[in-house]
Amino acid sequence: MFGIVASIVDGVLIGSVYGLAAMGLTLIWGVMDVVNLTHGAAIVAGMFALYLLTSAAGLAPYAALPPILAGGFLVGVLLYWIAVHRMIGRPPLMSLLSTFSVNLVLIGLGTAVWGTVLFNVPVTLPGVSWQGYTFPGTHLLAAGLTAVMAGLLYLFLYHTRLGKAVRAVADNREAAELAGIPTTQMLSLAFGLGVALASVAGMLIATLFPFTVLAGDAYQLKSFVVTVLGGLGNPAGALLGGIALGLVEGLAAPFMPVSWTLVIEFVLFVAVLIVFPGGIFAFRRS
Amino acid sequence: MKKLCLISAATMIVVAPAFAADESTLTIGMTLSQTGSLNVDSVAQQRGADMWRDELNAAGGIKAGNQRYKVRFVTYDDQSQGGRVQQLYTRLILQDKAQFLFSPYSSGLAATAAVISEQYGKLMLVMGGAEPKIFELSNKYLFQGITSADHYLSGAVEALRSRNPHARVALVYSDDPFSKAVALATRDQAREAGFTLVLDESYAPTTTDFSPIINKIITSKADALLGGGHYPDGATLARQLYDQKANLQWVTLLVAPGNQEFARLGPAALGITVPSQWEIQASYKPQFGPPAAKFAKAFEEKFKIAADYHSASGYTGGALLQHAIETAGSIDTDKVAAALNTMDVTTFFGHIKFATDAKHHGLQIAHEMVLAQWQMKNGSLVREVVWPTAARTADILNRMQ
Repeated sequence: MFGIVASIVDGVLIGSVYGLAAMGLTLIWGVMDVVNLTHGAAIVAGMFALYLLTSAAGLAPYAALPPILAGGFLVGVLLYWIAVHRMIGRPPLMSLLSTFSVNLVLIGLGTAVWGTVLFNVPVTLPGVSWQGYTFPGTHLLAAGLTAVMAGLLYLFLYHTRLGKAVRAVADNREAAELAGIPTTQMLSLAFGLGVALASVAGMLIATLFPFTVLAGDAYQLKSFVVTVLGGLGNPAGALLGGIALGLVEGLAAPFMPVSWTLVIEFVLFVAVLIVFPGGIFAFRRS
Repeated sequence: MKKLCLISAATMIVVAPAFAADESTLTIGMTLSQTGSLNVDSVAQQRGADMWRDELNAAGGIKAGNQRYKVRFVTYDDQSQGGRVQQLYTRLILQDKAQFLFSPYSSGLAATAAVISEQYGKLMLVMGGAEPKIFELSNKYLFQGITSADHYLSGAVEALRSRNPHARVALVYSDDPFSKAVALATRDQAREAGFTLVLDESYAPTTTDFSPIINKIITSKADALLGGGHYPDGATLARQLYDQKANLQWVTLLVAPGNQEFARLGPAALGITVPSQWEIQASYKPQFGPPAAKFAKAFEEKFKIAADYHSASGYTGGALLQHAIETAGSIDTDKVAAALNTMDVTTFFGHIKFATDAKHHGLQIAHEMVLAQWQMKNGSLVREVVWPTAARTADILNRMQ
C-alpha cells in the first residue's frame, strides 16, 4: 500500500515537469497553430545549458534558471524568425517540415559537439523519507518550480497588457491587428515563451536524471501525449495533463511490469483523441 | 659520382617494385555507433581496434606466408540502429570489398550483421556481442572473442553468495537481446545459489525515469540488485538508486559501470559492481601481443583516457585475426577460419578458444570474466577487481558501509 502511494507521489512530481514542457508546446500551438518540432531540441538545450552553466561557469544549479529562461526566450524568438515566420498561415505541413528540419540541424550540431555521451549534473538536496521510500529533494523542488513557472505564465497571460495581446492574437489575429496589436511581434513573443518553457523543463529534468543529446525525443513524445490529454492550445490543461500522465504512470507501475507503461500511455493517447478530441481538460479557450 | 648515382637510381627502379609487390593492403570493414544510445561503449571498442591497426602498420603489417599486408579499416556510423547495420555491412562487402569484418557493438546489431556476413561468406569477429543465440545457427565464419551472456553474472552470483548466502535478489534488466539473455541465465544461477528472487522485471531500453522500478525494489525488500542493460539506462538507474536511497547492500549492473564515464556519477557510482571482460589489473601472460600494463599505458598515451574492457576487446579482436592469418599463412577466408577453429591462446585479454561443434560453432568457451567494483581510493573513484578471489585487487565493499 505504501509502495502504491509512493509510486503515485513520484508520478505526480515528475508528471508536473512533463506538464511544464508541454505548456511550451501547447502555447505555441494555441497562438499560431504551429506544431513545434524543435521542442525536443529546446528541452535538450535547457539540459546542456544547465550542465555548462554549472560545470564551466560555476553557477549553482537553481541559479541557472533565470539565464536559461532568458536564453531560451531569445533563442525561441530567433527560431521564430528563421523557421516559422514565413510558414504562418500556410498549410500545417509546412511549419511541421520547417521545425523538423531545424530540429535535425540542432540535434546534429549537438551530436557533433558532445557526442551521445551521457551527462550528469550532480544535484543533491535533502529529500523526504516515508516508510522506507524517499522522495528526493530535487523532485520536490522541480515540482515546486513548475508550479511557480505555471503561476507566472498565468499572471503574464491574464494580468499584463502584453499577455492579453498574446491571447487576443490567439483568439483572432485579424481582429487583434485591427485593434492595433502588432501581431507578428506577439507571435514571436509566444514562440520565444514556448521555447523558454521547454528549456526550463529540460533544465529541471537535468537536475533529476542524466541525459544525452538524444534525450529530447522521449520528452517531446511525452509532451504530445500531455498536450492531447490537456487539450491543444491550453497551457493550464497541459499542466493538468502532465500531472494526470504522471498519476497514470505511478498508478500502473505497482500492478504491472513497468515496460507496459508506454503502452498504457499511448492507448490513453488514442482513447482521448477518439473520445475527447479537444482534450480531457479542454476548458474554454480565452 | 654521376655514374654511381645513375647506377643507384637504376637499382631503385628495379628493386622498388619488388618491395611494392610484396606489400599489399588488407581491408577490414565494420560499423561503429558514433551516434545513438550505444555510442559510449562502441567508440571505446573502436579506439582499441584503431590502436591495434596503427601499431600493426607501424611494425610492418600482417605477415601471411611471404606476403605482408598493411591493414586498412573502412568504417561507417550505424547510429546504433539495426536497419543501418544491414545496409552498411552489405556495402562494406560489395562496394568496399572488405576481406574481413569486425562486428558492430551490441548483441542486437551483431546478430543483424551476422546474417549479412554469413550470406556472403565473410569471416567476422564478434567482440561486442555477448548473446550466444547467434552461435546456435550453424554459422561457419562467425567467431566470438568475449565471454557469452549466459556467464555474465555468474561471478556476481558467486561473490554475492560469499557475502550473503540468503540474499533477496531483485533482477531488473533492460528489454534488449543481450540483457534478456543474461537475465535468463542469472535467474537459474540465483536460484541454484539459494537466493530468493523477490522481483523479476524488465524495462524499456529507452527508460529515462526509474522511480517506479526503484519503488518496486524497495517494496520487494530486496537486499541485492542484479541487472541493468547498456550505458544510458545503467547510469541513470545507478544515479536514481542513490537519489532515492534504495536500501540495497549489493548492486551489480551490466556494462555501464565498466566504462570510465561512469565515474561522472560521483558518489552514485560508489560500491556498484560490474561484470567485466577485462580490467587493467589482469595478470594474464600473453602468448602474443602486449601485456596488459603495456597496452593500458599505450592506450592512455594515445587517447588520453584510461583503457576499459571495451577498448581491450577491440584491440584483441584485431590481434586474434592477425594471429589467425599468420598461423594460416594466408588471407583466404576458409584457411583463416580453420586457424581460428584450432586456436587456443592466451592474450592480455585472457584465454581464448572457440567452440567447434556444429551446434555452437564460434561461441567463446575459454574466456572468463572478473567482477569489478567502484571504490574510493586516495579521494578518487577507481574500479577494483573484487572477484574471483585469485584475481582480486581489493576486498568487496558493502554499499551501505
